[in-house]
Amino acid sequence: MIDVVQLLTLLGLAAMTVLTRCFFFILNRELPFPAWAQRGLQYAPIAALAAVVVPEVLVTQGQLISSWLDARLLAAAAGVAYYAYRHGQGQAVLGTIVVGMAVYLPLHIGLGW
Amino acid sequence: MFLDPANFRHPAFRAGMADAFKVAPGIWAWGLMTGVSMVQAGLGPAMSSWMTLLVYGGSAQLAVTPLLAAGTPVWVVLATAFCVNLRFAVFSLHLRGYMMAWPRWQRLAIGYLIADLNYVQFVQYHPHPASDAAGQRAEMAYLSGNCFLTWLGWQVASVLGIVLASQIPLSWGLGFAGVLALVGILCSLASSRMRTVSLVVSGAAAVAAYALPLRLNILVAIAAAVAMCLMIEKTTGMNKVST
Repeated sequence: MIDVVQLLTLLGLAAMTVLTRCFFFILNRELPFPAWAQRGLQYAPIAALAAVVVPEVLVTQGQLISSWLDARLLAAAAGVAYYAYRHGQGQAVLGTIVVGMAVYLPLHIGLGW
Repeated sequence: MFLDPANFRHPAFRAGMADAFKVAPGIWAWGLMTGVSMVQAGLGPAMSSWMTLLVYGGSAQLAVTPLLAAGTPVWVVLATAFCVNLRFAVFSLHLRGYMMAWPRWQRLAIGYLIADLNYVQFVQYHPHPASDAAGQRAEMAYLSGNCFLTWLGWQVASVLGIVLASQIPLSWGLGFAGVLALVGILCSLASSRMRTVSLVVSGAAAVAAYALPLRLNILVAIAAAVAMCLMIEKTTGMNKVST
């Protein structure tokens, strides 16, 4: 079982999920938005996702990886290459996952990279 | 939300589920390993199950799991989750044009369920917000179906991971499938040269500022990438005027 403090922490975390996912459509009134911010918006979503994903591939134990012989790096590269080869058509994202894991698992489990 | 018959009886609901199904294996593997890693970090099956059911955000759960296990102050845990989830706030600004047609409680209910893949698939399927009621219903039905399948798959996989925690070694690294799903999503977002610049600048800044507390490197990276892109836009625009 969990205690009251743990439950409140989890409710707080759930509130963070709702707050961030709904951030700009919680309020009804129109938000004042300067023109530069409107233009910046087209670059923000990819930046926001890259800021989470790129360190997942390139950082290990808080440090930038020091070798090209890294299972995560090579798997991500293989996934991107597959996506580019398919020009994003059809099941390109699924292919990225499958090709990436096909590279990752043997290197990671087999060779310990 | 997916509990509303007007959504789940709409044909767009199935279209949304079909699209979510295309990327489902990555979600399942990621959910499974999130379940495993919460238990193996010492949170216990009850805490892990409640976390999955209430918090519903893989990257935030993974980021706060070691903090919770170490007894970190609650405000640090919440601030870390907020920074890791910051990308959703950016997505929500884009989604505002679609959402304002609905009452607030419906916006909050569906908004809670919109994860990375749902956002990207939704805005690719509906590049522009509909202006009529039928179109808005089709949008909401698609989004409901898309989010429902992702949510169901994630929860089942996470609980499975929690139950099987002692049988699946974390060292296999199956959770990397979730990162690869996001890599694929990044590729699909990189639809123009400037957006690719944004990706590279943000990624580099996020790695360079990785040592910052509370995952503030994510905030720094977004600001750096957007500022860099606006500067490039302005400089190249000025060049056009002067030549």
